[in-house]
Amino acid sequence: MAAEGNSKPAKKLSLKENYALLTRGLGWEPSYEKKEDIFRYISFEGVKIHDWDKWEDPFRLTMDAYWKYQGEKERKLYAIVDAFQQHNGQFNVTDARYVQALKLFINGITELEYDSHRGFNILAREFPGVGPRIAAQMQSLDELRHATTQIHTISQYAKYFTGMNEFPYQFDRVWYLSIPKSFFEDAVTSGPFEFIVAISFAFEYVLTNLAFMPWMSGAAFNGDMATVSFGFSAQSDEARHMTLGIEVIKFLLEQDPGNVPLVQKWIDKWFWRGYRLLSLLATMMDYMLPKRVMAWNEAWEIYYEQNGGALFADLARYGIKPPKRAPETIAEKGHVAHQMWSVFYGVRDAVGFQTWLPSDEEMAWMSEKYPDTFDKYYRPRYEYWKSLEAAGTPFKNATLPQLCQVCQWPCLFTESGDPTTLSLRESEYQGQTFHTCSDGCKDIFDDTPEKYVHAWLPVHQIYQGNCFLPGVDPTAPDFNPMYEALRYMGIKPGIDGGDYKGSADATNWENWTSRPANIHEGAYTDAVRDTANPADASARKTS
Amino acid sequence: MTVEIRTKGVKPLAISFGHLQRRFGDKPATRYQEATFDIQSTANFHYKPLWDPEREMFDARRTAIVMKDWYALKDPRQFYYGNYTTTRAKQQDAIDRTLDFVEKRDLLRGLSQDTRELIVHAIVPLRHYEWGANTNSAHVSAYGFGTAITSPAMMNTADRLGMAQHISRIGLLIDGNSGDSLQAAQALWTDHADWQPLRREVERMFVTRDWFEVFVAQLLVADALVYPLFFQQIDAAIAGDSGSALSSLSDALMRWYEETAKWIDAVIKTAAAESADNKALLSGWVQTWRDRLLPTLTPIAQRALGNKADDALAATTAALNARAAKLGLAV
Repeated sequence: MAAEGNSKPAKKLSLKENYALLTRGLGWEPSYEKKEDIFRYISFEGVKIHDWDKWEDPFRLTMDAYWKYQGEKERKLYAIVDAFQQHNGQFNVTDARYVQALKLFINGITELEYDSHRGFNILAREFPGVGPRIAAQMQSLDELRHATTQIHTISQYAKYFTGMNEFPYQFDRVWYLSIPKSFFEDAVTSGPFEFIVAISFAFEYVLTNLAFMPWMSGAAFNGDMATVSFGFSAQSDEARHMTLGIEVIKFLLEQDPGNVPLVQKWIDKWFWRGYRLLSLLATMMDYMLPKRVMAWNEAWEIYYEQNGGALFADLARYGIKPPKRAPETIAEKGHVAHQMWSVFYGVRDAVGFQTWLPSDEEMAWMSEKYPDTFDKYYRPRYEYWKSLEAAGTPFKNATLPQLCQVCQWPCLFTESGDPTTLSLRESEYQGQTFHTCSDGCKDIFDDTPEKYVHAWLPVHQIYQGNCFLPGVDPTAPDFNPMYEALRYMGIKPGIDGGDYKGSADATNWENWTSRPANIHEGAYTDAVRDTANPADASARKTS
Repeated sequence: MTVEIRTKGVKPLAISFGHLQRRFGDKPATRYQEATFDIQSTANFHYKPLWDPEREMFDARRTAIVMKDWYALKDPRQFYYGNYTTTRAKQQDAIDRTLDFVEKRDLLRGLSQDTRELIVHAIVPLRHYEWGANTNSAHVSAYGFGTAITSPAMMNTADRLGMAQHISRIGLLIDGNSGDSLQAAQALWTDHADWQPLRREVERMFVTRDWFEVFVAQLLVADALVYPLFFQQIDAAIAGDSGSALSSLSDALMRWYEETAKWIDAVIKTAAAESADNKALLSGWVQTWRDRLLPTLTPIAQRALGNKADDALAATTAALNARAAKLGLAV
């Protein structure tokens, strides 16, 4: 305020200085209330932070810059979404099998974005430092953005295809959607430091590219302009989130050597939990994309084995080791996609999307991509099931699967090195036996059994009779437990799931687009006019 | 002549999501509706939060207010992320033009030393008030129940950071970007007798657990006292002596306040109309926080307004009381 200060020309500020002036001094040391009463949740995990100001805010965005930057992205994105809807862009995808993968996305992933928004919101309230609070606030907003833009783009598909119209309801109830739901609820119900290590580092930094690149490329390959647009628009947000992830880890590790074992434990846990969640992508990439981008094992090699290897080599100087169960993920990479699809095919009447057996063309692709495993273990299974379909006695599994207490996948995985033996683990806790699918999940259960015993395991709940709508009478003579459980889950029995061939989606697709519902098998109905070869069309009619 | 382009008509299986049809009937949904209604999980939670093991991860019992349907608390602005950010971006463009105008002409640095000192003393410390509001708003969005209230609360959280930074820019326009005024304002906020009563109440909000009470204390009561007092009354007094340079910058704050009040009012009005118990709780919170906050503003109002302070505070209080009464509260 000195007089001469007022006559000098105003100083030019660099972006960094501007950000620091507008941000850093905002907080203050409270004196009327105790700090531990204001920020209640930051000590119970045992993490030690000595100086919150050492946190380098990786975003360095002032709020006005955020609004402008994001507002511009939204203007562009919604122009595309408007055009997509106006021009019925949902019919430009390869075939309606692709839409079955989108169902997993809207029903299973969109609510994760929302939970992530709320989780970061808790950090945005509870971290004592201004820098980390602002970083968490911006990520919380970004995650709200992702939930929102996914709903707005996919809502067009939900109008024309089955099984996508009840996504919030299904997310809370459908048995296999407890895999993503329990994953994020596990993170949000943890302490704030475990949450940020779990989501910002293990998930966003180590694993997100794996979800993002193959999935968005898959959408692009299959003509889904809507998904590609929100995906690529979200990518610049993700780049910020990944920066936050690595910043968090370095901050925690540099603040106190006592943090190292805690961080290591969380990396081990959340790498495994994130891997189990994302391996759903394995079956989506290998089986559900009509036009394939890369195989799961290739994606795992690039995005984990190579990128992750370099990352953990870099973190070695802090005393951090690669995730404990990484070797298992590498051993499984030739198997998971096939094992998952087999399970979904078997229980197809109890899921909210349609399944099919891979065509000859697709099996040839898998033989090439998985030379060590596909022909030996999985082709014979599919060929047998094809013969059963041809004989009019298709294989179906009417029994709901045993779920893993931690990841909540059906216990469908096999022992490392022995793909013919199911991997099953048991733990005793308070006189009861709890089942897990792997050593990775057993580690997690055994570390915190008091948390995981609360898991709402859908199959257990169904068999205990807790999954029926009000008014359903289990003693009625025509009571059908499977049918009623599906209704409770928000799945329309006989419509949303089952065989793709003959489904409403496949039939509508051919009626609406005059294109085959399965590009590898040719048309299922007469609605597809075979202009190239009319003889084939008439031959099919008479067959 | 109009040319009609023929397109293939395909009748959709459903016109909107099932949960929206059940709420709004069989008609197309707006983007606000799609992004907001029934989005938060409500059933089959897996784990007890380590930070609150008595309750679920999302739990309506984190406030004493009871709603049959938490999605009754609609935002009349119908904000979802996209129209929220584009609206704020557009407003910021206008603010930037004003900031540029004021900076190029040294309008704030050209004020008399007394006036500059008054602005640093009476306006710039509000950047900390806004940061406190950011904390309180984040509390509402973190622990609130239902996307209808938590999403706009998250946007409000971001808004408060934006307001804190806008007020900081007023300081930088006075100190020629040295940051001296911001340092001075922080010392005022943490140590000067004029500001301690208000800071005391802001910190009391930080330890208030019921998120709806925090919503009332911060967004209804405190803001309804602070914004009109500082950005209308004190701003007008400064303008009367020194011209409208400051007003050109406070204008954005008042516009934001008035826009936000529409949302606050809709929430309070709906919650109060839900039940006599809600009405009694809300009315009690308004009284308690009004009676706590009002005296905290006296020292700073007296410094800025001298013998007009009492009238200004009385007018501000009367406006708050009238607003609360209009929302169905007994205050």
